Amino acid sequence: MNKQALSDKILLTVEKPARYIGNEVNSVVKDKDSVDVRFAMCFPDVYEIGMSHLGIQILYSMLNTFDDVWCERVYSPWTDLHAIMKENNIPLFALESQDPLCEFDFLGITLQYEMCYTNVLQILDLAHIPFDSKDRTWEHPIVIGGGPCTYNPEPLADFFDIFYIGEGETAYRALIDLYKECRSAGVSREEFLHRVSGIGGMYVPSLYNVEYDMEGLISSFKPVYDDVPSVIRKEIEMHLSDTYYPLKPIVPFVKVTQDRVTLEIQRGCIRGCRFCQAGMLYRPVRERDVELLKSYAVAMLNNTGHEEISLSSLSSSDYTHLKELVDFLVEYAEEKRLNISLPSLRIDAFSLDVMSRIQDVRKSSLTFAPEAGSQRLRNVINKGLTEEDILKGASEAFLGGWSRVKLYFMLGLPTETEDDMRGIAELSNGIAKLYYELIPKSERKGRVQIVTSTSFFVPKPSTPFQWASMNTKQQFLDKAHFVNDCMHEQLNSKSIKYNWHEADVSILEGVFARGDRKLGRVLKEAYKRGALFDAWTETFHEEPWLEAFDACGIDPDFYTARERSTEEILPWDMIDIGVSREFLKREWDNAINERVTSNCRAACSGCGARVFGGGVCFENA
Amino acid sequence: MNVKVRIKFSKYGLVKFIGHLDVMRYFQKLLRRADIPIAYSTGMSPHQIMSFAMPLGIGLESDAEYVDIEITERISSLTALKLMNEQNVEGIRILSFRELPEGAVNAMASIKAADYEVSFREEMKPDFSCFEMLKDMYEEPQISVFKKTKKSEMYVDIKPGIYRIWGNDDRIGMCLSCGSTLNIKPELVIQAVYDRLKKDFPEHALLIKRKEIYTESDGVRISLDKIGDDIL
Repeated sequence: MNKQALSDKILLTVEKPARYIGNEVNSVVKDKDSVDVRFAMCFPDVYEIGMSHLGIQILYSMLNTFDDVWCERVYSPWTDLHAIMKENNIPLFALESQDPLCEFDFLGITLQYEMCYTNVLQILDLAHIPFDSKDRTWEHPIVIGGGPCTYNPEPLADFFDIFYIGEGETAYRALIDLYKECRSAGVSREEFLHRVSGIGGMYVPSLYNVEYDMEGLISSFKPVYDDVPSVIRKEIEMHLSDTYYPLKPIVPFVKVTQDRVTLEIQRGCIRGCRFCQAGMLYRPVRERDVELLKSYAVAMLNNTGHEEISLSSLSSSDYTHLKELVDFLVEYAEEKRLNISLPSLRIDAFSLDVMSRIQDVRKSSLTFAPEAGSQRLRNVINKGLTEEDILKGASEAFLGGWSRVKLYFMLGLPTETEDDMRGIAELSNGIAKLYYELIPKSERKGRVQIVTSTSFFVPKPSTPFQWASMNTKQQFLDKAHFVNDCMHEQLNSKSIKYNWHEADVSILEGVFARGDRKLGRVLKEAYKRGALFDAWTETFHEEPWLEAFDACGIDPDFYTARERSTEEILPWDMIDIGVSREFLKREWDNAINERVTSNCRAACSGCGARVFGGGVCFENA
Repeated sequence: MNVKVRIKFSKYGLVKFIGHLDVMRYFQKLLRRADIPIAYSTGMSPHQIMSFAMPLGIGLESDAEYVDIEITERISSLTALKLMNEQNVEGIRILSFRELPEGAVNAMASIKAADYEVSFREEMKPDFSCFEMLKDMYEEPQISVFKKTKKSEMYVDIKPGIYRIWGNDDRIGMCLSCGSTLNIKPELVIQAVYDRLKKDFPEHALLIKRKEIYTESDGVRISLDKIGDDIL
């Protein structure tokens, strides 16, 4: 395969040309005449980010196990190539065949964060595919979206033919079969999409009518045909030990963000933090068999040559067989000179012991995510980590030789007061103080280093905080400055470094997270005005967005600042994640009343996810 | 006792867009996939013992790239070639895997010269005979050219660094000095021709292929793979 969509001259002009040539180890090349369906799978961000994503690797390898399908990859051309492609009218292409996307049957786009939405428009634009679903014909691929943002896909409703709600392993086969059937029977694109709505998890936005009242709230949301479901339940893979897993993941030439083997040990999380969307969406917790994981780890390391393996899950410490798995990996890693990275581990005696075996204690840092500065507010968000847990973990760590600590908090959580914010500084100081108490001067190597970071809280759909009001940009910045002042008042302020995020991106994220169909126009206007790669600090500009909202006569505060009534019809109400609205309401009420809810293993709180018939809900059955 | 090995490989087609650092990373992973008994350095963060002879610029192809490694046990050259080539992507081929004699100087330190084959892209061919001009220029006692590096900008005489030129307008061959003393790139030689004619040398006009890298032994240039023997 030596076809090259871009000339040598272009490839020699752009930064990192290896992003655009494909040909990587384990990439799949098929004969395009021997397949019935060509699928282009897109992560709408730059190659290094997109290639680091496990979900795409899973779907890529799954779709390529189908003999009648060839799945290829597409990423966002960086701004330098974007300009060249626009100027020379070069159509966007898939990496493997280097063929233009217009020749494909499907264009799948994963929606991992709201700030990639203008990149979605870039993909369509460069691929010469009309932005709006209604303007497309069989000359264009079926554009299908997946990933966490599809749990409220409404801001993108105009641009997608289908949204696949839920986990990708279950419904693609049925979708592809239906596509083949419809194409050979010569049915219209509209009729095909109508029939797609009958497959589980498929949300076809053009088949729903939305009406709004005078204030802009949704007054009715209804399917246009009787046989189109009014509620779409998420797809879920209940047999994680018996499904597709990419044992031969693609090995990029350029160094990507996650330059390692990723082993997904479980899905879902038992913790129930009230701000966390993933913790609600992926219920119930389902674990993978530990023996299977060991064999996957060995196979993937052999097939890639990677020198590092990382465990992936929302909360690795809750995986039942963690010790067995980690002991196996540590031993294997020593023999094969590999590195292990263990994100999302609770700091305790076990994890400290493991970490001291796999990394240089003096160089590495410990991470705690208390999320809120006071116990009161931690109860509000149902974050089970107490100050005592943190100080105990930190003291064990300091005695074990660590002297760097990272702390993560959020600002703008519901019910937050000045005391809660001051608590962030006081907790940071308390940890520093602990170090100086525990470690005698003669054993210290300079100051303890505490790095405290705050992000701004963005309420997300399908969480107990989906009704909450979000802070304004000014409130956020005032809060960050308040925390910063509190930091300076601390005795050990010289040992603490405080970072906070920019607020304007958080506001936009908030708008689109809980947005509705009216926002499609804003996206188009912003893209037209140059908004692209909004998730990147160096390419984010606020002006095109402000102009776009203005041009469309839309007030962003409508989506962010307003506290929603629990009676309101929410844009994402047609999506059923298994977790009931009653449970979310109950949890919203518990939050306001500072009541803690137990984790799924301690006691079932009746969220509704039991309906899927497996996982942690039936562990003790 | 580790065994020192010199690997020769070619690089052509799409992978010419892979930069040197990424080629190094590619080899680290290739050696693991192929299960070559690569030796590691000692110390806090052990790494594979591996050193490349000379980086190849992005966009250049090559018939002769070299990397020296150390292995912990002998495996036959044939086996190593098979294992590695089974794991290679299209465009990278291992050509030889040979044990270096005791005390051999590593590839990077021993390089003295390299052969290149240069041609013009179809749409960027000059309206004069570049090869004839090059031959004329080569007759002169010195060839002064403006050389820009990261550190400095100055006129240098590149004549002592051009050992030989041959070929025709479709394929210009040149043997150029490389290594720490005088490092001449083929573009610079063609640049000198354009400078002499007071013409603008367009960017990306050349297709360049490295054909061989040499060291010197008793005043004679020998290719790097002539040092060392196949492992049986």
